[in-house]
Amino acid sequence: MEAKKIIEAQHICKSFYDPIEVKVLNEVSLTINVGEFVSIIGKSGCGKSTLLYILSTMDTSYTGNLSIDGVDMKGKKDADLAIVRNEKIGFVFQFHYLLNEFNNLYNVMLPGLKLNKISKAEIEHNAYEKLKILGIESEALKMPNQLSGGQKQRVAIARALINNPLIIMGDEPTGNLDKKNSDIVFATFKELAEKYHQSLLIVTHDNDFAEKSHRIIEMEDGKIIGN
Amino acid sequence: MNIPLITKISISLLKARLKQTMVAAFGVTFSITMFIALLSFMAGLNDLLDNLILNRTPHIRLYNEILATKIQPINATQLFSSSYNFVQHVKPKEDILAIKNSQAIISYLQKDKNVLGVAPKLIVPIFYNVGIINLTGVINGIDVDAENSLFAFNDYVMEGNTIALKNIPNSIILGIGAAKKMLIQLGDNIQITTITGERFSLKVVGFFQSGIEELDKVQSYTTLATTQKILSKPNSYVTDIQLKLIDINKAPIIAIQYKELFSTEATDIQTANAQFETGSSVRTLISYAVGITLLIVAGFGIYNILNMMIYEKMDSIAILKATGFSGKDVNRIFITIALTIGIVGGLMGLVFGFGLSASIAQIPFSTASLPKVKTYPINYNPKFYVIGAIFSLVTTYFAGYFPSKKASKIDPVDIIRGK
Repeated sequence: MEAKKIIEAQHICKSFYDPIEVKVLNEVSLTINVGEFVSIIGKSGCGKSTLLYILSTMDTSYTGNLSIDGVDMKGKKDADLAIVRNEKIGFVFQFHYLLNEFNNLYNVMLPGLKLNKISKAEIEHNAYEKLKILGIESEALKMPNQLSGGQKQRVAIARALINNPLIIMGDEPTGNLDKKNSDIVFATFKELAEKYHQSLLIVTHDNDFAEKSHRIIEMEDGKIIGN
Repeated sequence: MNIPLITKISISLLKARLKQTMVAAFGVTFSITMFIALLSFMAGLNDLLDNLILNRTPHIRLYNEILATKIQPINATQLFSSSYNFVQHVKPKEDILAIKNSQAIISYLQKDKNVLGVAPKLIVPIFYNVGIINLTGVINGIDVDAENSLFAFNDYVMEGNTIALKNIPNSIILGIGAAKKMLIQLGDNIQITTITGERFSLKVVGFFQSGIEELDKVQSYTTLATTQKILSKPNSYVTDIQLKLIDINKAPIIAIQYKELFSTEATDIQTANAQFETGSSVRTLISYAVGITLLIVAGFGIYNILNMMIYEKMDSIAILKATGFSGKDVNRIFITIALTIGIVGGLMGLVFGFGLSASIAQIPFSTASLPKVKTYPINYNPKFYVIGAIFSLVTTYFAGYFPSKKASKIDPVDIIRGK
């Protein structure tokens, strides 16, 4: 039986025009199935991050076809794409991007509150659950600036998980962390993939990291050269 | 749409820059305070100045004027009907100044739906006799009750009172200037002579101050009956009929009707005092212009704060957008911030504006022309508060509109990749 596809991208092309035309993605096609832990590696400037932002629906200026969970993303409005991101995709970036005005718990709850499908109390309960998975439930009521870099990144991962997304996308999630914290974050991803069958798509230039994932997509000059 | 969530985020952003937002709110407070105080004060002054005229001026005055006959004898003949007739040195016709059939006119007017009140008046030029000196003067025979209720006559009587004028026969309220000239005390008797030479003795029961010095040197008041007695005329003899209308704006039209109807002269207040309305409206216009300028300046303050906040919170906006907040949500967050500043600042402005007006109303202010006014006049018209509130919301909304639009357009990819 064929696995269910979460992301299916066909012939994605993208160019930057400023100052001269540079083709960053050239006819990229890939699929990601449920439960896969995929990493994209490549040199700086090979287009891996650009590809991730297109797959995440945040970047809409490209040609080609993209469907997420079987729904075509082409021509959707900004507000509809926001809903897709809210419901189906969780993000972890190189920087944690926690809002300093709120405590960690509320930061985790924010996307859930935006989705607004279950009550606030339930969202809060879920947020605690997610923080527990990441082993930082004791920090829930602290403010983000009271945490270490690794802890902040784990709060960010909990935030990505809050709406039980189909896939978590990471753009160099360990890029800002030291070895020890990187390992913790990687272990967390691994646990999510194996224990909770969470699909993951992580962009990285850390080959050690990539080798531990299920599948490696290697990119060079806007093309996939190894899958 | 999730209003509580958006509000919560807005408030947190506000709290994060509490000092700046307070400064912005204070800008709105200051401008609304000034707007309200300025308009209340200006409107108070306008009312004061208008009342100076309106209180004492009838909306319509019916009277007879000595004029040349409109139809000269030459027009009566058919011989020259096809020619132009030039008659030189025409003299005015001898006519009595009294209004003919005045009783009937007064009772007709009292029943008229447009009329608020009628006050007949008899104006007679006289001489005040002081020793061997004669001073010229004018006696106004008035209906005391009507004059009090329609023209606030009471307010201008400085010493003595109008009840005494009504109750004591052959009494007079003297203009304060004339009294000073003649060295008259309350209770003294004065001698007057009419232009036909009859002498009369009157008891002084009060002094009158209109604020117009020349007028106070000449004018004095007795009852209508006393004046008729001085002139030995019947009690239907009046020279003026003064009217107050329910709607002052109808005065010009009604004056024309009455002129035809009663065949007298009729002037309306608008024609007689056109310049006052102009002055009032120009002053009001200036105060509004200043008030609105203040508000717009406050609006720029808010615009600045929001722009700065958006610049500082780029990251937060980016992550909100990445995790599923749409451009519209972000827009709403910043509009909410702007409106919160506007509402809080505006409300405080309304309160302080009331306070400032109330304290201006305590400042002593005395003027000879307004004996009853002791402090600066303030008009507490709720209209100013409503306008102030609406304007504070509108300006803060527009001050927030452009920064919010900018925030909603922020591309999260640009921000996140830049790190």
